[in-house]
Amino acid sequence: MVRHTQANINITNIPARRSFGRRRKVDPFASGKGPKIDYKDVKLLQRYISEKGKIVPSRITAVSFKNQRKLAKAIKRARVLALLPFNVE
Amino acid sequence: MAFYEHIIITRPDISPAQVESFIEQITQFLQENGGRIGNTEYWGLRNLAYPINKVRKGHYSLLNLDVPAGTLQELERRHRINDEVMRYMTIKVDALSDEPSAMLSRRDRDTRKPRN
Repeated sequence: MVRHTQANINITNIPARRSFGRRRKVDPFASGKGPKIDYKDVKLLQRYISEKGKIVPSRITAVSFKNQRKLAKAIKRARVLALLPFNVE
Repeated sequence: MAFYEHIIITRPDISPAQVESFIEQITQFLQENGGRIGNTEYWGLRNLAYPINKVRKGHYSLLNLDVPAGTLQELERRHRINDEVMRYMTIKVDALSDEPSAMLSRRDRDTRKPRN
């Protein structure tokens, strides 16, 4: 009768749990650090609109609810000033 | 009085010098009516993200203002009459900034942390 040792099983059979689990992203505008949300800062805002010109949901960008509200407002202001598009064909 | 950021988009077919004199005019009008002007910025002739009145470009100017509400209303009324002004926006802010806005200072700033 062949006996598998405990160590053997550990190495071969148990998958590495964390290796492909994605690390949780943190709010890029968290208070204190990070850039200030400003409707004039087009380059910053551009990161948070999709190719179609839509505002990207916070669940994708990990922006906090509070900052997402500010961000949305800034993007909308920038749109009125034709700094950002309302839609991209 | 309150603090405002006031952005004006003027038609592209006038020259930057004309924009400057137009801003000068506004500044004078505001000062005569109890206003105080902070930094003013001229962002140049920029491409618009979408056409406004079939025009694809515009001169952007930013004024930091500390003016009474009535004066500002009169200014906006004049903007609506003036054909040169394509669009304007006034935003109330808590404080006027002394530094150049993101539009002008962006170039040499790195927002991303270096990855190790």
